[in-house]
Amino acid sequence: MADDFIHVDDVSFGYEAGRPILSEVSARFQRGKVTAIMGGSGCGKTTLLRLIAGAYAADRGRIVFDGEVVDARDKAQLFRLRRRLGMLFQFGALFTDLSVFDNVAFPLREQSNLPESMIRDIVLMKLNAVGLRGAAGLRIAEVSGGMMRRIALARAIALDPELILYDEPFAGLDPISMGVIANLIRRLNDATGATSLIVSHDVHECFLICDQAYLISNGRIVAHGTPDELRASAEPEVRQFINGEPDGPVRFHYPAAPIEQELGVRR
Amino acid sequence: MSTPPPRPAGAALLDLVARVGAWSIDNLRGLGHNAFFMVELLRALPAAFGRFHLVVVQLYAIGVRSMVIIAASGLTVGFVLGLQGYYTLSRFGAAESLGLLVALSLVRELGPVVTALLFAGRAGTSLTAEIGLMKAGEQLAAMELMAVDPRRRVLAPRFVAGVIAMPLLAAIFSAVGIFGGYVVGVLMLGIDVGQFWGQMQEGVDVWRDVGNGIVKSMVFGVACTFVALYQGYESQATPEGVARATTRTVVISSLAVLLLDFVLTAMMFSTPR
Repeated sequence: MADDFIHVDDVSFGYEAGRPILSEVSARFQRGKVTAIMGGSGCGKTTLLRLIAGAYAADRGRIVFDGEVVDARDKAQLFRLRRRLGMLFQFGALFTDLSVFDNVAFPLREQSNLPESMIRDIVLMKLNAVGLRGAAGLRIAEVSGGMMRRIALARAIALDPELILYDEPFAGLDPISMGVIANLIRRLNDATGATSLIVSHDVHECFLICDQAYLISNGRIVAHGTPDELRASAEPEVRQFINGEPDGPVRFHYPAAPIEQELGVRR
Repeated sequence: MSTPPPRPAGAALLDLVARVGAWSIDNLRGLGHNAFFMVELLRALPAAFGRFHLVVVQLYAIGVRSMVIIAASGLTVGFVLGLQGYYTLSRFGAAESLGLLVALSLVRELGPVVTALLFAGRAGTSLTAEIGLMKAGEQLAAMELMAVDPRRRVLAPRFVAGVIAMPLLAAIFSAVGIFGGYVVGVLMLGIDVGQFWGQMQEGVDVWRDVGNGIVKSMVFGVACTFVALYQGYESQATPEGVARATTRTVVISSLAVLLLDFVLTAMMFSTPR
């Protein structure tokens, strides 16, 4: 389809042989849209994001990035594709030896030949977009967790990427910061026309801002659709995840022998 | 409870052979990995020379900031050499040769070696911990995803700075050490000042002694910085992993320096004048 920016086609992957993280995952991420990839901890959603960024090679299947099949072994291709994407890491991954300003300027200095005066203007504009122009001179050790996430967001959009990947953008944030980040993701996406992928387990915030959502469980896609479609779903796995029920198709207990046997108690 | 079946004769020997084999394969694999890492680091070096301001920042961090400990150690080693040298030489009525003894000991041996050992403890550990924590904080992964090669941006400038800093630090160590020997020998024990400096000037050869000392410390610079960077870059991205990597940096660097020192000394000074 012409408006698919990323096409994940029947991808399987595991870090170790015999322990698959993702099994036969297929998904389409439309150009200019915000798509959420949701699922519980350890379900493989961050791994999917990293496969899209070419950090690992899929064991089976393929990932198509704007019409080009991603080959994680082709360094030249990876570096070319990565210039077109920005990624927000779960905890920001800011460079602690650089100031706020220098963090946002980093991709511009590394990837462009712009004069320093222009870099300064761009950095201040990006920081202004996330509301932190006044913090440009601070060191990373001096800013809060919520501010870090916004600085990392400014850095991720410094080069106006076509694709922005968000890895758990809401994790560990207070409600105000969470709302600020969610709002920024949607606004930046609409303003720049980029394609956004959000990996998160935060149903409420994701549903507020995403156009489409995929739900992953045990390395498989179990549902996908608009937030309204998923809310109306009768699938037990979807219901359990959206309503946050402790037990259901996703078991509360890690597989184990019956507790009576383990404790040596007879019934 | 069932007892395990009896082991066939010779099983212990087979186990031993298997363990030795596994150990050898692991170590060979490690060596190969080191070699690949070195090649990639060398290929990234032109990038560091192209952006020398990054090297200058690192020269300050690992060179200038190590100067106090290097100078202080050099001074005390010079004091001790002065005292011990005087004690030994005066038994043969050759106390005036103290200047020569102190200078030769320092520029040929103690300057490069002790500086390298201190460098491994002061700068090597900080390099390993810094890079290990950058890895744990996903800073290196973030760099890669920004299409920036961490080897060029992070490792290469540090490597160049380490190799430049080591001979300079060793020179400072030796100079301060000779001054320490002067303080003890001339000012405290009363050796003739002209003899002290004159014998040193006469007996120390620029190429054979000073030059070889500089070559030694450059080799140590390569070894110590490489070990520190490798350990940091390959560390497990956890607090325990970084702690283990930092310890390994000191242990491996120190052993490498002592072993290399023996090999280099044998090569440089084995032939008589």
